Amino acid sequence: MARKNGLKTLSTPLGEDNPITRQVLGICSALAVTVKMDTALVMSFALIFVLVGSNVIVSLLRTLIPSRVRIIVMLTVIATLVIVIDQFLKAFLFDISKQLSIFVGLIITNCIVLGRAEAFAMKNGPVESALDGLGNGLGYGLVLMLVSAGRELFGSGSLLGMQVVPDFLYVENGGWYVNNGLMVLAPGAFIILGLLIWLQRTLTRYTEE
Amino acid sequence: MRGLRELLDRIEPQFSEGGRLSRFAPVYEMIDTIFYVPGFRTTVAPHVRDAVDMKRSMFTVIVALLPALLFGIYNTGYQVDPQAGFVPNVLTGLGAVLPLVLVSYAVGGCWELLFAIVRRHDVNEGFLVTGLLLPMILPPGVPLWMVAMGISFGIVIGKEVTGGTGYNIFNPALVARAFIFFAYPGEMSGDAVWSLADEMTAATPLAAASAVDGADAGALVSGAGYTVWQMAVGLVPGSVGGTSTVAVLLGGALLVATRIANWRIMAGGLAGMTVTALLANAVAPSSANTMLSLSPLHHLVMGGFAFGIVFMATDPVSAAQTRTGRWIYGILIGTLTVMIRVLNQAFVEGIMLSILLGNAFAPMIDYFVLRRNIARRQRAYARQ
Repeated sequence: MARKNGLKTLSTPLGEDNPITRQVLGICSALAVTVKMDTALVMSFALIFVLVGSNVIVSLLRTLIPSRVRIIVMLTVIATLVIVIDQFLKAFLFDISKQLSIFVGLIITNCIVLGRAEAFAMKNGPVESALDGLGNGLGYGLVLMLVSAGRELFGSGSLLGMQVVPDFLYVENGGWYVNNGLMVLAPGAFIILGLLIWLQRTLTRYTEE
Repeated sequence: MRGLRELLDRIEPQFSEGGRLSRFAPVYEMIDTIFYVPGFRTTVAPHVRDAVDMKRSMFTVIVALLPALLFGIYNTGYQVDPQAGFVPNVLTGLGAVLPLVLVSYAVGGCWELLFAIVRRHDVNEGFLVTGLLLPMILPPGVPLWMVAMGISFGIVIGKEVTGGTGYNIFNPALVARAFIFFAYPGEMSGDAVWSLADEMTAATPLAAASAVDGADAGALVSGAGYTVWQMAVGLVPGSVGGTSTVAVLLGGALLVATRIANWRIMAGGLAGMTVTALLANAVAPSSANTMLSLSPLHHLVMGGFAFGIVFMATDPVSAAQTRTGRWIYGILIGTLTVMIRVLNQAFVEGIMLSILLGNAFAPMIDYFVLRRNIARRQRAYARQ
């Protein structure tokens, strides 16, 4: 991969080369943890930590790793970082850690992390790799926040745990509004994610070859 | 009428290529073709000379839907107060059903027009059917904003994302109903939603059949006050258009006679339903599940099976296209309906999910039917 300047490395994964909406990676956790915004936020930070860390470490080790065992080495690095962040969440954010359950552990299998290590960190220096990891992590986080905002707003009537839809509108209080139960189910995430991809492709006039 | 034609001709240049309002050509096209037969000629072969175009076939479906719709309007009022008499019942029913139809058409029409203008294609008559089908498969008391949400989802996600009419994988009206069903289950299931009167919580026949474990389902249904004849006529609580099997079959007869809908799908559905129900009856004595003992006749007249298999499964776009494929597709839907009704009582009404599943499998069914045909012809060719 040709060397790009730092800002570009950071910004392209946010939009035009977004890991979720463009490369369609990391979908599993994007569906699983986006019912509420707070879990999605914590998940995004966990992924950013792992992604930046693994990119920097793999980049530093890249000349030492024999090419035939590189995947195993990368996975060891990633797994170590995932255990660190998992223990950290259990220690300081126990409630959210319980809600995220296995999905923090499953960051190991998140294609974005291994994908960036293999595609970028193995060929670039640690500073660029850190920027690339940060950019991809933020791109992932951005999509997670958008999806979870939609799901929490329509599915629970709140944003980040704060009630947004006024109470008097609900049927229980004499109003007419009912929360959309589909948004709490996994298909809700599929639909919102699909609409996001549609929107992005329409705006950027991207078409599949 | 002459004046109308002259008016349309006079404003036509505004909408044609290069005119000021050319972006809104679909709107002109829509109004023009509602009143007059389009003057287009095909320029390349094959030239099929036939009076039936898309517009006429869609209007035939609307006509076929009328008996069920009119009966549904009457029944909606009848379920509120059986003693009120014919005219008051029709008026009550109109008051409930008309807003549903109007909202469905208005909101759906806006989406349809928006996509027609942005994507520069003509507004399609298929929407007239979708917009009428949706209110007919909803409970009469469903809130109007949910109808608006449902038809928006059905038109945009069910049809336009995959390319519009002719490219949709699923029946848009069923997608809309599935959306409302899963998004607002409180308004779409349970005993309280099927009648307009608040104090009346009448179980639908299907719900009554699954109420008690270990009893005979047919006995339960008649115990709840529903005779087979009453359910066939349709004077029972249920969705607006789906209760009357007789009215649905009237419409179905018209569709089959005009060959708008394919009889193989309907026959396949009936066969699949009957065989599966008989199989269920055979194992019923050894199980506590009441629904197993429900006879095929009950399955036919209860719930929305007849409506679904006649009007929804036969949607020419989302159904299977090959002759053998249609049989398989119909049998699949009939079988699945009974299986969902009997074995998964969280979804008492199985026909919606089984048709959607059938839609999903239709292209694969066609693919294998075609492959088999090709293989057979290759063998025949090799023998020569």
